[in-house]
Amino acid sequence: MILDGKCPTGPIEQTWDKHRFDLKLVNPANKRKYNVIVVGTGLAGGAAAASLGELGYNVQAFCYQDSPRRAHSIAAQGGINAAKNYPNDGDSIYRLFYDTIKGGDFRAREADVWRLAQVSNNIIDQCVAQGVPFARDYAGYLDNRSFGGAQVSRTFFARGQTGQQLLLGAYSALSRQIKAGTVKMYNRREMLDLVVVDGVAKGITCRNLVTGEIESYAADAVCLCTGGYVNVFYLSTNAMGCSVTANWKAAKKGAYFANPCYTQIHPTCIPQAGDYQSKLTLMSESLRNDGRCWVPKKKEDCGKHPSEIPDADRDYYLERKYPSFGNLAPRDIASRAAKEQCDDGRGVGPGGRGVYLDFGDSIKRLGADTIKERYGNLFEMYEKITDENGYKRPMRMYPAPHYSMGGLWVDYNLMSNIPGLFVLGEANFSVHGANRLGASALMQGLADGYFVIPYTIGGYLATVKPYGTATDHAEFKKSAEDVAAEQNKLLSINGKKTVFEFMRELGGLMWENCGMARSKESLEENLKKIPALREEFWQNVKVTGSGAEFNQQLENAGRTADFLEFGELLCRDALHREESCGGHFRVEHQYDDGEAMRNDADFCYVGAWEYKGNDKEPELHKEPLKFDNVHLAVRSYK
Amino acid sequence: MSDHKTMTINLVVWRQKNANDPGKFENYTVKGITEHHSFLEMLDVLNEDLIKTGKLPVSFDHDCREGICGMCSQVVNGAPHGGQERTTVCQLHMRNFHDGDTIYIEPWRATAFPIVSDLVVDRTALDTIIQAGGYVSCHTGGIADGNAILIPKPAADEAMDAAECIGCGACVAGCPNSAAMLFTGAKVSQLALLPQGKAEAKARVKNMVEAMKECGFGNCTNHYECQASCPKGINVKFIARMNREYIKAQF
Repeated sequence: MILDGKCPTGPIEQTWDKHRFDLKLVNPANKRKYNVIVVGTGLAGGAAAASLGELGYNVQAFCYQDSPRRAHSIAAQGGINAAKNYPNDGDSIYRLFYDTIKGGDFRAREADVWRLAQVSNNIIDQCVAQGVPFARDYAGYLDNRSFGGAQVSRTFFARGQTGQQLLLGAYSALSRQIKAGTVKMYNRREMLDLVVVDGVAKGITCRNLVTGEIESYAADAVCLCTGGYVNVFYLSTNAMGCSVTANWKAAKKGAYFANPCYTQIHPTCIPQAGDYQSKLTLMSESLRNDGRCWVPKKKEDCGKHPSEIPDADRDYYLERKYPSFGNLAPRDIASRAAKEQCDDGRGVGPGGRGVYLDFGDSIKRLGADTIKERYGNLFEMYEKITDENGYKRPMRMYPAPHYSMGGLWVDYNLMSNIPGLFVLGEANFSVHGANRLGASALMQGLADGYFVIPYTIGGYLATVKPYGTATDHAEFKKSAEDVAAEQNKLLSINGKKTVFEFMRELGGLMWENCGMARSKESLEENLKKIPALREEFWQNVKVTGSGAEFNQQLENAGRTADFLEFGELLCRDALHREESCGGHFRVEHQYDDGEAMRNDADFCYVGAWEYKGNDKEPELHKEPLKFDNVHLAVRSYK
Repeated sequence: MSDHKTMTINLVVWRQKNANDPGKFENYTVKGITEHHSFLEMLDVLNEDLIKTGKLPVSFDHDCREGICGMCSQVVNGAPHGGQERTTVCQLHMRNFHDGDTIYIEPWRATAFPIVSDLVVDRTALDTIIQAGGYVSCHTGGIADGNAILIPKPAADEAMDAAECIGCGACVAGCPNSAAMLFTGAKVSQLALLPQGKAEAKARVKNMVEAMKECGFGNCTNHYECQASCPKGINVKFIARMNREYIKAQF
């Protein structure tokens, strides 16, 4: 089937304004008759719940954490992009649009990206009004820094905690609506199923993580703002609780999963120290403003203390390979370059899996105080984890899974192929194409939540009659029974391996065979091994305790079960996409110099997969991508 | 990766099935811990052992494991987050301990934080305080340009110092009175320092202080334990600023 993204046509500059006018409206007095469920309270969910509450809808918001303030958006460090052009360095909405399309390696929809760039400026204004303490200069004006993939300074920041401050802004707006009674907040609830009545999304089934009760909630629309899925690699920069579960349950109810193979491996993370490790920690991309990446030129130097290696014997490989972007090359390119050096036997640290990020020159040029003011908290974090002082000795970095560009398929209105099911933020696939530029995730989450969904959800609700909140329809009962049955099954297996052991094994397969470099052989290997591992899981997993209590192992078991199904789809998508683009690198498709070789003739489309059952192949639906404004070209940062 | 010397650690952990269970300490031993294990990874090792022997693993809140989400919450050897300066318990590393050490692990203890399970507590009361007024009442959209309000760097920086609070509740756990003054003071101060927050300053501080009392938090008697416990180094001067704002609000 050919999918229709329902993008507005005409001059790109007018698309969003025209579309907003064309959308139907729900009159103010009728809004309170509609109920909206928002799952997840990160930037997208927090902003959406708050904004929809302000408009007068009845909102029910859900998060698995103990408070809506803890969603993983909070960990974003570096900043948020906007096309304000405050530094007068040539930025514009068009340039942000262009950079995002190019940065995504021409695999995103033009109209969606245009809208994102257009509302980026509103986001900064909104956050300032909320009291977000963005960095300012001495005259009181907003400050900017540079980020990868752009040659202008358009990134707004709050020290190294921009995500935290933006999330607390959204959380404060949400808190105001909770107080006002327009939003009912449900903490410690995990969505375990989507309820579809007559082909339309009408609610969700949750587990109350404190009591273990299976609960049903009904509404006129469901917004999934449930983040990304790179914990499928087990070790990633995501929080421990981040999972594909909400999205995958929706996929199993018929929502198409688009481009799952587009995963972002972030170039600067603290390398793994041991097998027991539970997660990886990212060091903000902003560090590459002042830090220089290098490895020894000679293999025999790798074991030396970095200070013993003279400048002439260092290979500043990003500056060498990409002179015009240098250390600010986009993430996919910087990650692959780091891997190349390590594969060449010139990596540093344990297992040769690391490159240096060196601040020596910047400290000489600017002084340690300036570097400390810019990145102090990151140096502190680095020292806590590695016991090394980044001011005195170059940091060691290695790429790690960080973000998923793929996600549930949505049209221009952020509605999935299931009417009434909307998907926002990282959970959808829409704007980042095959690679996301730094400081664009925060921008997308808030754009979707504050400035897109408040309009587009009205366009949908205006066409349906209020459903109410009663959950007595047979579909709700069936969903609750299915969820309870799965929980009971997990508890009854009583095998020999723990959930973590399975997750570590799956993560290993994903990272080795479907990580930074993928081949037909490696992917086919995974397509054999993952189903076998899944089968073993359902025979041999051990979960202690009961379902009627707080049980974190049971939570993890459910998430792992979903990753074991979803991981297979990710590999299948990677196998079918016979090209290299953005975060998806197929070793068969590269130029002589190792750069990614895209195949626009055959793969310039969104690949959206329809679930058909675990024992059946999913069906691929395509949405062709058209580029009327930015011309398809080989992406070069040289 | 395997050439590290390993440690054996004795743990004394608070176990409590739910809010109604009286709870008690249990003793455990974990082996094979290296200096690079984080404190929570050491607990992961314990839990894997417990599951394999058919026992219930220790429940503990955690999520980002990089010190920013505020979810982790353990009193380690009597100190919230283990007592290292500017460190959450998820960032605490085992290199701070020695082979054969005995470590006591307890949940946050405060009337306003009922225990959910083992080391997990209910911190909804902190949300309630924010809901009472910890925001600028701006509607989405229709906002002036971000540079229309000039905020001098020192004010923006000081507001950011206060805004760094991660809402973990260590200040409450560390305080002999279980006061949430540092938490509340940080939010009141952040907004009081910024021009955007001025219009509602009086109502905000009154309502937030009232909510604090209603939730069952105690009062400040200047022990400064909150500042010592805070993993983000929030300064007690923000309590002083809240007190000033509160008195100003009476006139």
